[in-house]
Amino acid sequence: MSANGGRLRLKDWLRVASVGLRARPLRAALSALGIAIGTAAIVAVLGLSSSSQAGLIAEINRLGTNLLTVEAGQSLTGGPAQLPREAPARITLLDNVQLVAHTALMKDKYVYRSSMIPVGNTGGLQVRATSLNLPSVLNIGVARGNWLNEGTARGPVAVLGSAAAQQLGIDRVYPDQRIWLGGQWFNVAGILNPSPLEPDIDLSALIGYPAAQTYLGYVSIVRGEEKAGPPGTIYVRAATGHEAAAQSLLAQTANPEAPYEVNVSQPSDVLTARAAAAGAFNSLFLGLGVVALIVGAVGVANIMIISVLERRSEIGLRRALGATKGQIRTQFLAESILLAVIGGVVGVLAGAAATAVYASSKSWAVVIPVEAWSGGIASAILIGAFAGLMPAVRASRMPPTVALRTV
Amino acid sequence: MNGESVLELDGVTKVYGEEPPVPALRGVSGSVRRGELVAIVGPSGSGKSTLLHVIGTLERPSSGVVRIGGVDAARLSDRELSRLRAREIGFVFQQFFLAEHATVRENVADGLLYAGVPAAERYRRADEALERVGLAERARFKPTKLSGGERQRVAVARALVGRPAIVLADEPTGNLDSTAGASIIELIRELNAAGATVIMITHEAGLADQLPRQIRVLDGQVVSDTVKRAAP
Repeated sequence: MSANGGRLRLKDWLRVASVGLRARPLRAALSALGIAIGTAAIVAVLGLSSSSQAGLIAEINRLGTNLLTVEAGQSLTGGPAQLPREAPARITLLDNVQLVAHTALMKDKYVYRSSMIPVGNTGGLQVRATSLNLPSVLNIGVARGNWLNEGTARGPVAVLGSAAAQQLGIDRVYPDQRIWLGGQWFNVAGILNPSPLEPDIDLSALIGYPAAQTYLGYVSIVRGEEKAGPPGTIYVRAATGHEAAAQSLLAQTANPEAPYEVNVSQPSDVLTARAAAAGAFNSLFLGLGVVALIVGAVGVANIMIISVLERRSEIGLRRALGATKGQIRTQFLAESILLAVIGGVVGVLAGAAATAVYASSKSWAVVIPVEAWSGGIASAILIGAFAGLMPAVRASRMPPTVALRTV
Repeated sequence: MNGESVLELDGVTKVYGEEPPVPALRGVSGSVRRGELVAIVGPSGSGKSTLLHVIGTLERPSSGVVRIGGVDAARLSDRELSRLRAREIGFVFQQFFLAEHATVRENVADGLLYAGVPAAERYRRADEALERVGLAERARFKPTKLSGGERQRVAVARALVGRPAIVLADEPTGNLDSTAGASIIELIRELNAAGATVIMITHEAGLADQLPRQIRVLDGQVVSDTVKRAAP
């Protein structure tokens, strides 16, 4: 006969290990299901948190981390401070500054759908005067209609932030579309896209500085002359990689006489923090996944013990055909591992599919961390080995004559 | 009778349990030569099943010597005994013990699974063995589609597929009706005529009488060993 001493080849092992699965497929499927659910939960939790983090990081990259904001803080006496009118012009002169835009909040001016709305129902919306380059500095596109231009900035014309438009019930722009702003009618020229970096802009109706001067009386007196202003918030695009250098100079440039009255911040910090939070997976669901895995392992162990009892005659026959104790042990251990791995693979695929569906519905990149799927398969192998060890040892210790005595 | 001994028993005893000890075999000796067809016959409880298990190396004797093809089975490890069973002994059981999810051909080929034979060779020899038992056209069927007699033929083919030194048949007709049983006995006689050494266990004296040699067992001892003159 052959010289290889009765050892089975890998293909034969696979066939022998799958005997129980082929003989009772439904039972095998049900016992693998527990492990599939556990693995799916773990992979989905890890995949979803990674994908949402990837989505936020992509958004941060799209919006840029080089946006800095300069705002008026508080004066030494605790009252509200003001930025000087010339602050934006001075900041433009700084080395590492590429673009500068600014807005000013119109205090006590509110915007309504029409003049019939009670004065108290402001809906939390604000009115801001804005420089004309605001959309390009903040990377906000115009969703509908047009942005302000030199001409409309002088007239009673407003552009709405996305949340403001929604609040006012305006989803289209057409000629003669009017809103009641600061006690008079303004035409709506356009609606902006959402602005994740600057939620204030979302909630605002934006008008030109000249219009703010003309219609809302927002003026400062400069050497006896009336000028629009001053700005309330200055948006600065710094040269990428030089944000810190620019940031350190902004306060004293904006207000050399009182730099301590100026607040400088980096709005992308908020998003970065959110991304870090999203990356920290939900430990509750992860814990549930682990519990499901343990229950699945108990299920597999249970099935294997029953299987060994039921298949005594098969064990006896295999011993009579020349299987060693070790081969019987390996057969049942391999069957248990195979069951668990099938569950694990199905679980990884289901978890990945769930992640893919959810992530693409949010238009995030689909990210399944390597640790998630490799860990899922590895834990399935361990569970299978652990659950199958005792039944396999029992099967191998069964004397062949006892095994054959059944039926 | 010609040929060397393939099986030798010398003072074989088997005692079950400790308190009290139950002797199942009380000193059995004898030998079987290559090419013989032997019936071991006795009522239930006579120890014939234990004798078959000891001959088949499924159980070790309490004392005495069992030599299969000249090798003393008592000195072998589990691994060596398994190899001996895989290569030198074929079993046929009363309950057939076929795998229902596998085809007839796979069942027969599994007779060589633990003998270290590559798969292609196993299937080639399985087809050969099925040819010998007259079931070549049933090779791709599942055992559940076969009659009892056909199933036992499959089991016989599985026992023969490795060309073992000895085929041990344990009540091979016990689960069959008389027609199917007779055809299995006929098959065994044919295979023996073609050279296989067969030891059959039965409790039916009438069945044993049809075989050339009968060893009668009672209370764990051989009470007679008669060889019939081969019919012309």
